[in-house]
Amino acid sequence: MSAFARTPLRRSVTRVIGVAALAATAATVWLGLFVTPPAQVQGTLVRLLYLHPPVAWVALYCAFGVAALSSFLYLWRRTRSLFWDRLGASAVEVGVVFTALTLVTGSLWGRPTWGVWWTWTARLTSTALLLVLFLGYLALRRVPASPEVRARRCAVAALVAFVDVPIVSFSVDWWQTLHQRGTVLNPGLTLKVHGSMAWTMGLGFVAMTLVFVWMLLVRYRVETLAERIGDRELEISLSERWAEGAPEGTVAPGAPVAGTAVAGAPVAGAASGVPATGAAGALR
Amino acid sequence: MWRDALLVAAKDVRIELRSRVALWQVLPFAVLVLVLFGFALGPGPAALRAAAPGLYWLAVLFSTVLATQRSMAIEAGEGTRDGLRLSGIDPAGVFLGKAAAVAVQLVAVQVLLGAGIVVLFDVHVQTWWLALVASVLATVGLSAAGVLYGALSSGLRVRETLLPLLVLPVVAPVLIAGSRAWSAAVSGAVASGASWLKILGPFAAVYLAVGVGLYGPLQETG
Amino acid sequence: MQLAVHLRAAVALAGRFPALSGADLDVAAGEVVAVLGPNGAGKTTLLRTCAGLVPVTAGEAVVLGCDLRADRTRVRRRVGLLGHDASLYDELTPVENVRFAVRAAGLGTEGVDDALDRLGLVGRLRRTPVQRLSAGQRRRTALAVLVARRPELWLLDEPHAGLDAGARALVGTLVEEAAAQGAAVVLTSHEEALAVPLAHRVAVMAGGRVAAGRPGGRGAAEPVREQTPDVAERVLVAVADDGGDVTHVA
Repeated sequence: MSAFARTPLRRSVTRVIGVAALAATAATVWLGLFVTPPAQVQGTLVRLLYLHPPVAWVALYCAFGVAALSSFLYLWRRTRSLFWDRLGASAVEVGVVFTALTLVTGSLWGRPTWGVWWTWTARLTSTALLLVLFLGYLALRRVPASPEVRARRCAVAALVAFVDVPIVSFSVDWWQTLHQRGTVLNPGLTLKVHGSMAWTMGLGFVAMTLVFVWMLLVRYRVETLAERIGDRELEISLSERWAEGAPEGTVAPGAPVAGTAVAGAPVAGAASGVPATGAAGALR
Repeated sequence: MWRDALLVAAKDVRIELRSRVALWQVLPFAVLVLVLFGFALGPGPAALRAAAPGLYWLAVLFSTVLATQRSMAIEAGEGTRDGLRLSGIDPAGVFLGKAAAVAVQLVAVQVLLGAGIVVLFDVHVQTWWLALVASVLATVGLSAAGVLYGALSSGLRVRETLLPLLVLPVVAPVLIAGSRAWSAAVSGAVASGASWLKILGPFAAVYLAVGVGLYGPLQETG
Repeated sequence: MQLAVHLRAAVALAGRFPALSGADLDVAAGEVVAVLGPNGAGKTTLLRTCAGLVPVTAGEAVVLGCDLRADRTRVRRRVGLLGHDASLYDELTPVENVRFAVRAAGLGTEGVDDALDRLGLVGRLRRTPVQRLSAGQRRRTALAVLVARRPELWLLDEPHAGLDAGARALVGTLVEEAAAQGAAVVLTSHEEALAVPLAHRVAVMAGGRVAAGRPGGRGAAEPVREQTPDVAERVLVAVADDGGDVTHVA
């Protein structure tokens, strides 16, 4: 997988996906805004439907799923590799963008429909919490530490978030059922979509997934490049450090060290417990 | 593992008692939070009485962050961290011991806060056992999650701001469930209140398990 | 003889920095080895690697019979490390610190008082929180912790730093006793005059690599003419820029 990441093949694959993503998104927008008819009840607002569920699907399942899976694979000894760490981090970053978009498009839809920007339902609250947990992951990632330590911490943070989101979802669900606010505010309200609207939405799903994959690949590449720069800087500071640390007359790095040097002539005979004379005696 | 946990817990509690930070900083902070809430929502007693359970648990959550930071600060120096790893103590034991020490502090905080909401917000709890059980379960969960996230951000110089950001979202279910359970305890609606224990219990169990499993690897460098 | 420490071409990372880049070191039980070298040579990392705290990424590393590359946690409780940063809890007294370490290692607490007495921590000093002790007293407390745990391998990082003459002598005595009881001792220093008299062998470290003194090499010592097998002789080695002046101390 890492070989794939470095070849020019990957770069052309990325480009192809990028172009496809752009085309699909453009098509969705064009179809959504101009070609499909407005719905009976919702009016023009329904056009958000072509974007909001796809974006939500990407955020919750694609991004979060990749992040959780990568974290698990990193922590599991058999598949441990920094590749999973980098992939997971890229997925989380892209996920943050998509989660924020989910909340924004949802709010935009909710305001004219129900009169409120926000409602404390399980789905919305879990999504908001997911955003905060993602942000926490990113904050943790920016703290300086060695790659393995950072990878381990972030993987644990991601997995615990994965465990936590369902718990929160349950809690909020129960919490909400205490207040029968009425089905007006029920975001599970399904619309009947058929015809051109149906496959426009389908196209929207495809488009957003392509965008996600493209962003993931690009972000991953940025991550690898950043790491390579870090390595280069490390090499430079390393040679500087050794140059200053080694005085003349001692073994310099790179100088051949005899394999049996340790077994070589002992510097002093030894027997402990024998009363020593001279300077050694003065130490007692 | 349990013997080790007891050893570590005793050490942490003794250090806390000696340094008195918990006494002079964490407890006053908890009370201060209540008072500030009073300013924010009052002075009418009705609003305060209604909000009291939630405010109580918010104050507990903030205190958890402080107590966890204290717990991590005990091994702030590299020497003590090395010492703990070299001591031969099972990391799971370290986790449980530290969580137990944090839990002890949280119990003290909650006793004070409980008195606080009775006095400041004019709250009368009808079903004490429900409130008590909820508190016990929540305390276990909060301590476990706190120490786990403390380990995630340990040894990092920015941990003071990082820890709240990481741990508070994660313990949101405790806030929700705890507040609902205490509301029920105040109003005497035992059945609905008891159902919230079904969140607090598993939460505590999950975080204890995760902590016991992952605390060791988190201590390793590289 | 059983080797307490066996390192061959060991590579260990401190962060991403290869602080040990091909270290060779053999230490037998009951032997005292002094590792000398300038700052930045990797002496601290060498000790921490032997303690099982630092992962070894290449080469061989076997300490007290445990392969550090396979599982470096098992060796930890059998090793005593005296680092720069004392592993002491500031709010606890010396007695409490030693007791905690001893109990954690699964030993009984009978040796606690002896260890504290040995290090000169008596009376009121024992019951004063460590943060109110002087630096020298803190060092002694850390040594008391080490002594009480009776490890099979002693790893002392610049043990003389911050100690007065009397305490330095005490370190020498403790090292001798430990070696006599069969423990292996590795100590580092960048002051040759203090460390070398204590050691059976001297190794030199620079740039992450370890080499023992051997005849003819730069920075090495002449082998000492052995009079009889059981006469103790210590040699002062000057690792100097002007190329190895050797003084015998009989």
